Amino acid sequence: MDSVQALITQIQGLSSSAGDVSRLHSNLKQAEETIFSESARLFSALDQLDPSIHSLGYLYILEACSSGPLTKERAAALVLPISRFINACAVEQIRLAPEKFISVCKRFKDQVMLLEAPMRGVAPLLTAIRKLQTSSEHLTPLHPEFLLLCLLAKCYKTGLSVLHDDISEVDQPRDLFLYCYYGGMICIGQKRFSKALELLHNVVTAPMSTMNAIAVEAYKKYILVSLIHHGQFSTSLPKYTSSVAQRNLKNFCQPYIELANSYGTGKITELQTYVQTNKEKFESDNNLGLVEQVLASMYKRNIQRLTQTYLTLSLEDIANTVQLSSAKEAEMHVLQMIQDGEIYATINQKDGMVRFLEDPEQYKTCEMIEHIDSAIQRIMALSNKLTGW
Amino acid sequence: MEGEDEPSGRMIDDEIYTNGVGEEEKRTRPIISGEQLDVEAYAGLYTGRTKITRLLFIADHCENNQTMQLEALRMAYDEIKKGENTQRFRDVVQKIDGRLGPSYGMDAAWCDTVDRRAEQKKEKLENELNAYRTNLIKESIRMGYNDFGDFYYAHGHLGDAFKSYVRTRDYCTTSKHIIHMCMNAILVSIEMGQFTHVTSYVSKAEQSPDSLDPVTVAKLRCAAGLAHLEAKKYKLAARKFLETGPELGNHYNEVIAPQDVATYGGLCALASFDRSELKHKVIDNLNFRNFLELVPEVRELINDFYSSRYASCLDYLGNLKANLLLDIHLHDHVETLYDQIRHKALIQYTHPFVSVDLRMMANAFKTSVSGLEKELEALIADNQIQARIDSHNKILYARHADQRNATFQRVLQTGTEFDRDVRSMLLRANLIKHDFNLRASRKQ
Repeated sequence: MDSVQALITQIQGLSSSAGDVSRLHSNLKQAEETIFSESARLFSALDQLDPSIHSLGYLYILEACSSGPLTKERAAALVLPISRFINACAVEQIRLAPEKFISVCKRFKDQVMLLEAPMRGVAPLLTAIRKLQTSSEHLTPLHPEFLLLCLLAKCYKTGLSVLHDDISEVDQPRDLFLYCYYGGMICIGQKRFSKALELLHNVVTAPMSTMNAIAVEAYKKYILVSLIHHGQFSTSLPKYTSSVAQRNLKNFCQPYIELANSYGTGKITELQTYVQTNKEKFESDNNLGLVEQVLASMYKRNIQRLTQTYLTLSLEDIANTVQLSSAKEAEMHVLQMIQDGEIYATINQKDGMVRFLEDPEQYKTCEMIEHIDSAIQRIMALSNKLTGW
Repeated sequence: MEGEDEPSGRMIDDEIYTNGVGEEEKRTRPIISGEQLDVEAYAGLYTGRTKITRLLFIADHCENNQTMQLEALRMAYDEIKKGENTQRFRDVVQKIDGRLGPSYGMDAAWCDTVDRRAEQKKEKLENELNAYRTNLIKESIRMGYNDFGDFYYAHGHLGDAFKSYVRTRDYCTTSKHIIHMCMNAILVSIEMGQFTHVTSYVSKAEQSPDSLDPVTVAKLRCAAGLAHLEAKKYKLAARKFLETGPELGNHYNEVIAPQDVATYGGLCALASFDRSELKHKVIDNLNFRNFLELVPEVRELINDFYSSRYASCLDYLGNLKANLLLDIHLHDHVETLYDQIRHKALIQYTHPFVSVDLRMMANAFKTSVSGLEKELEALIADNQIQARIDSHNKILYARHADQRNATFQRVLQTGTEFDRDVRSMLLRANLIKHDFNLRASRKQ
């Protein structure tokens, strides 16, 4: 009997019950050679199979087809079947051969990128992750691939939905580094700086035995985001950071540390000159946008400091203290900050005065009580987890 | 009240003096005051090396005042010639540069005589010391080293003097000897500017089992105070100076005059004590009052500060500044002390009020409103004043933080931090576990 046809019939026959499927699995493993050599013919025979019922067999065939050199035509041919497969496949069956599933999805991502349509890969990979994960705390190797596609396709919100899960099980450390790094970038794109800091912090402080480039890049972004969000940066890494990182990270990120020092002096002009002189370095790291945000945050930091000492202040004085060029510019900055909720103030245009107000939050509303209550619940759950460890 | 009587009393005193009376009254006139320093009277307070050092210091630091400089140099020359320090003689001659006439020029003959005499004395002392050492009589060896110390000190070799004095330690038999050694060591250390030694020898002397006589106790307190002053520990320095008993009198003139004790103690106390300590330890301190009588301006300014007459207090301070800058121990601390006193005045002024009109405050402190605003801004940012400035109406409002809101904020923040840290920790623990698993499986 024609081996291709034999295989197809086998798959069709043995895909009904769990016992059958495991037999099929062992058969397929033995027949791997054949599958590889006959991949082209098997591909054309795919329409005889139903991906939702014959997932395991389908998977083996797809894997054989997608291995091999990648060209645009092959990519175009394969993208659609793979995405359909991912949407339709049965979870238990693909979990029997996770490495194959992962490899198929990775190839899928490569194809999508080759075709320069990362958007096409976003939704399928999201489904793939959900199907592959054994629990919502499981980090699969597909997570970083997915986040990379989100970044390239600029679908930040979809990426954010994945980032909300807490991760505690990790297959491969490299996955974690990439996941946190890309995740950090997505959060920066969405201006969620505290979450970005958390993710980048995880990369920098993760246990590692040798330096890796991901940690270095993450550290650079970490410095910049720390300046934007907290207005300060300390070069001392926490004690649990690996000794490799503690010794070497700073050497690779010298310009950024100088930037942080210059920021610490509080002088805008100094910071601006520093940025100007080192523009190419920041640009080559693709961090120039972040650096500009650091500059903008300096004005904000100075204005915020004024709220601590003054009750009312003229726009002229604000412009002078913060080293802005005119009262008009000061007014724009203050207005922007009020809208972003970064300070509480009212502007009196007639007198050119700004009146700084206290934070109106009184911590007396129902929403606040619920917020506090849910926070308490979360922390109790976490503590239980800790004691159970 | 006290405030009313003193200024009029002082004015009467002044009138008596200006009526032209003898030497006696002239010397009781305050020497450290707001007027220009009377070099002769100032130098009259001291004896020994410190007199020369102080005169040379004044000469170095008043370049714009020729007469004062020449006066100081002249007195220094006379004083040095009475002693045996030829190196210093050469220095002072160079500084005079012939401006005081031929009688104050280089006297090479005198230098040679003194040097030769010194050589002979040194040989004699060495021979004596060797003789004593072979005889192994402790007391004579101790005296021998002591003489050596005195010799080196007179000739300006301070390091050798110190070493010799310290050597006597091994041959001290009574606590009196130990105290003698400590006092000498302290003297030389102060001259050399090594105040760590001063502190250690002061404590050594104070640990002596016999009770010390009051003069020695006072001397030790002064030395300790000087050491703290140099170390910028103004509070401790103030405490030491304030504890000095009036028995000090003129007994320690080779180091410090009672006027100095009053000035240093008063200024340091003003800069570092809080109100209750100031009242208790300075104003109500009967012992210290004797010292303060010698420098009535310092006494006045402390009283003014305590009764919130800040403008007059700051006036006195301004007047005293020029003379204080000529003092060898105080000059690098004058700026810091003045700043601290000014800040304390500002803080004390705003403390009892809910709102303060900045214009009235600027009047009280004799500055402009904008300058005052800048100073207050610095103090508020430093958290020394709890207030906010209404720049539009130029009013300072006291501000008391809302504890309840602050607590809620802190609680929520701590919760978020705990959450984040524990999750990171669990993640890292899992990574390490994975690493172990990987290594374990590789080994198999």
